[in-house]
Amino acid sequence: MRLTVNGVTHQVEAAADTPLLWVLRDHLGLTGTKYGCGAAQCGACLIQLDGKPAMACATPLSAAEGRAITTIEGISGRVAQAVTAAWTELDVPQCGYCQSGQVMAAMTLLTDNPKPTDAQIDDALSGHLCRCATYQRIRAGIHAAARKLGA
Amino acid sequence: MNRQLPLSRRSFLLTVGAAGAGLTLGFKAQAADPAQPPSPFQAYLRISPDSTVTILSAHMDMGQGIYSGIALLVAEELDLDPAAIAVEGAWGNPKLYGNLAWGGVAQGTGGSTAMKSSFQRYRMAGAAARAMLVEAASQAWRVSPHLVRVEHGMVIGPKGRKASIGPFAEAAAAQPVPAEPRLKSPTEWRLIGKEGFRRLDSAAKSTGRQIYTADLRLPGMLTAVLARPPLFGATVKSFDATAAKKVPGVVEVATTSRGVAVIATDTWTAIKGRQALSVEWDQTHAETRGSAQLWAEYRRLAGESTPAPIAASRGNPDQALKRAVARIDATYEFPYLAHAAMEPLNAVAARTGDMIEVWGGHQMPDLYRALAAKAAGVAPESVRLHVMMTGGGFGRRAVADGDVVVEAVECAKAIGWRAPVKVQWTREDDMTGGRYRPMMLHKVAAGIGLDGQPLGWRHRIVGQSIGAGTPFEKMLVHDGVDHTSVEGVSDSPYAPADFHCDLISPKVGVPVLWWRSVGHTHTAFVTETLIDEMAVLAGKDPLAYRRALLAAHPRHLAVLDLVAAKAGWGEKLPPGRFRGLAVHQSFGSVVAQVAEIVLDGKGGFKVIRVVCAVDCGLAVQPDQIRAQMEGGIGFGLGAALNGRITLTDGRVDQTNFNGYEVLRLDEMPVIEVHIVPSAAPPTGVGEPGVPPIAPAVANALAAATGKRTRTLPLRS
Repeated sequence: MRLTVNGVTHQVEAAADTPLLWVLRDHLGLTGTKYGCGAAQCGACLIQLDGKPAMACATPLSAAEGRAITTIEGISGRVAQAVTAAWTELDVPQCGYCQSGQVMAAMTLLTDNPKPTDAQIDDALSGHLCRCATYQRIRAGIHAAARKLGA
Repeated sequence: MNRQLPLSRRSFLLTVGAAGAGLTLGFKAQAADPAQPPSPFQAYLRISPDSTVTILSAHMDMGQGIYSGIALLVAEELDLDPAAIAVEGAWGNPKLYGNLAWGGVAQGTGGSTAMKSSFQRYRMAGAAARAMLVEAASQAWRVSPHLVRVEHGMVIGPKGRKASIGPFAEAAAAQPVPAEPRLKSPTEWRLIGKEGFRRLDSAAKSTGRQIYTADLRLPGMLTAVLARPPLFGATVKSFDATAAKKVPGVVEVATTSRGVAVIATDTWTAIKGRQALSVEWDQTHAETRGSAQLWAEYRRLAGESTPAPIAASRGNPDQALKRAVARIDATYEFPYLAHAAMEPLNAVAARTGDMIEVWGGHQMPDLYRALAAKAAGVAPESVRLHVMMTGGGFGRRAVADGDVVVEAVECAKAIGWRAPVKVQWTREDDMTGGRYRPMMLHKVAAGIGLDGQPLGWRHRIVGQSIGAGTPFEKMLVHDGVDHTSVEGVSDSPYAPADFHCDLISPKVGVPVLWWRSVGHTHTAFVTETLIDEMAVLAGKDPLAYRRALLAAHPRHLAVLDLVAAKAGWGEKLPPGRFRGLAVHQSFGSVVAQVAEIVLDGKGGFKVIRVVCAVDCGLAVQPDQIRAQMEGGIGFGLGAALNGRITLTDGRVDQTNFNGYEVLRLDEMPVIEVHIVPSAAPPTGVGEPGVPPIAPAVANALAAATGKRTRTLPLRS
């Protein structure tokens, strides 16, 4: 099966029902997308399919074929830069394991809504668990990124 | 946990050895054999010719930021540029890396001790390296060492001489190690206690580049998942691997001491192979009780008048209770709790030449090395560990039997070491796999005297021992009392002259473990809600009541006063909003929190603001202290609101995050953290933020409703 990830096309030998998560991680070595629950309950595996957010653990390989897949390794542009810079400046991560998903979710939010309120952030990111509970800094990071984008 | 550091500056003997072309520097405790040659592992830092500095951390980083904290200590003394620093996990020599807060006998991370253990050790390493670099440069430049200094990663001499440290590293390594390197005085500090030193790992963790054990990819590596017993204590009777082996990509199905392993080319194939496996379990010795039966048993034990092992006893509480003008008789119940770190458990094992290599979240490297060696059937010297950055721990990566570490070794051995094997637990494995914060019950009778103060206090705790039957038993369990079951009650500063605390530790087949802040997870709730209730009964303000009882505890008073001032304690709140207060000492630190809740008018509530004050001794890295308090509050709040693991007929009911609810972003209150200025040696911050939040919220709820909630979670 042919997969286009971060602009590169790969030939993948895997069963059609294999979750995209494991194809990315085990077959293509793109380990920035994390396994947290395997059931679309934690958000650690958020990626983009044709620019739209999707949980890689709940996306079978067959559904990803022929679509443009973007993982944390492939993000680029102003929004990506603003978010990752804000995350680093504020020392958002603790263990960091969930942060790929948090960053991807923050990018999705800021792309749709360049100046979100706390309530809108809560709505958009409450599906993304962080056991270190870095939530306060995630909120602050999104506001900081929004300021960078507005500048 | 509050012992003084056992090694003073003077008790250090320095050893030095060159590793490669760079400077390697290590300290040996005097008790060590001075004739023993330093190995490449006997080191705290390495300076390479290109001036990059690799610091070897004695403590695992599971998110608490200790790699950056240790880097800060070395950078302070050696005046490094943070960008030039890398940190690796050290292991392999308890004489070098033993946790000084535990007497220095074993390496390990836990009990919020990493900074306490490291503060002197790593500053000494940096200071000695600086002195040796100065000596080497002064010889090369033929000037007095007094005219040479190290600044911002450069060696600076007279007449405009300036060079990177790297070129001097080899000559520096040949210098005699100063017997007592001069540490900077606090007035000279540029980094310690200052704002601005950032974590070294934030950029990698914000861009998906950080490598965890889960992300390891070794040539030919296979992945294993295990079919583990559905009931705790069950064992494999027989299994049929025919269907599993038919799944394309399944390489082997093997028996291990922990279950049946399906070993495959990748994770998903291993999971599918496991689904196809059929296993018959021997449940003869399995735990088959559910939560309801366990609670019934605990309540019966709590009510028995038979004597139990005594944790603390003085005066005559029964007599005193008769003199009380009011009394509180209450039972408190706490469920099992899962750690549920975001990175489910995993480890990788491989044989390279004559060495067995194991990658993982090695929280207790000496123990894990020994366990891996035993499982592999080799000498401990033939085991090499790789301490990986770890996606959360909260206690779960410190286990007496090394669970996943041993599983990885057994799996790699089972296939004749022909490929590296990663064992990956699924979320369901992780959630149902045991090692929970034990279920705990407290039964309390406490009186109030004419003066409104506590008078007579009887306290029985029922709950499984974490230490019993483990290598930690000698350290934790004394005269039948596991300290981790009673800490925070037996030594409560509120306890009156007539006080009795005893403990019953029933044997239950559900494995239990320390969970961020251990016994304080429940003892702080009981003491802080009980004292709050007494304040109300005595007609006193909860803050004033605590202040009066804690008059001899200046650190408690300081955090109380700070948190009260910052939270606006006593100021009127808008309608529907209520405050609750709690203060608790744990792991050498004292933390007070004021939680502010808002009622939603439908019987529910939300925590909207938490103000926190912490005294953790010298605040080495203030922003990371704030981060740990924020995280501890969120972690503790999630458990307080919704956290519980329950069992039905011995089976765990919750299998993933839809059953075991942890805190989500929309429940995260606004948190303000304030640090009490202190020059005392640093104490813990990883755990002490957790204990006060549940009682602070419960006290706010009681203020709102007039009713006391004594069973957790609060929303049950």
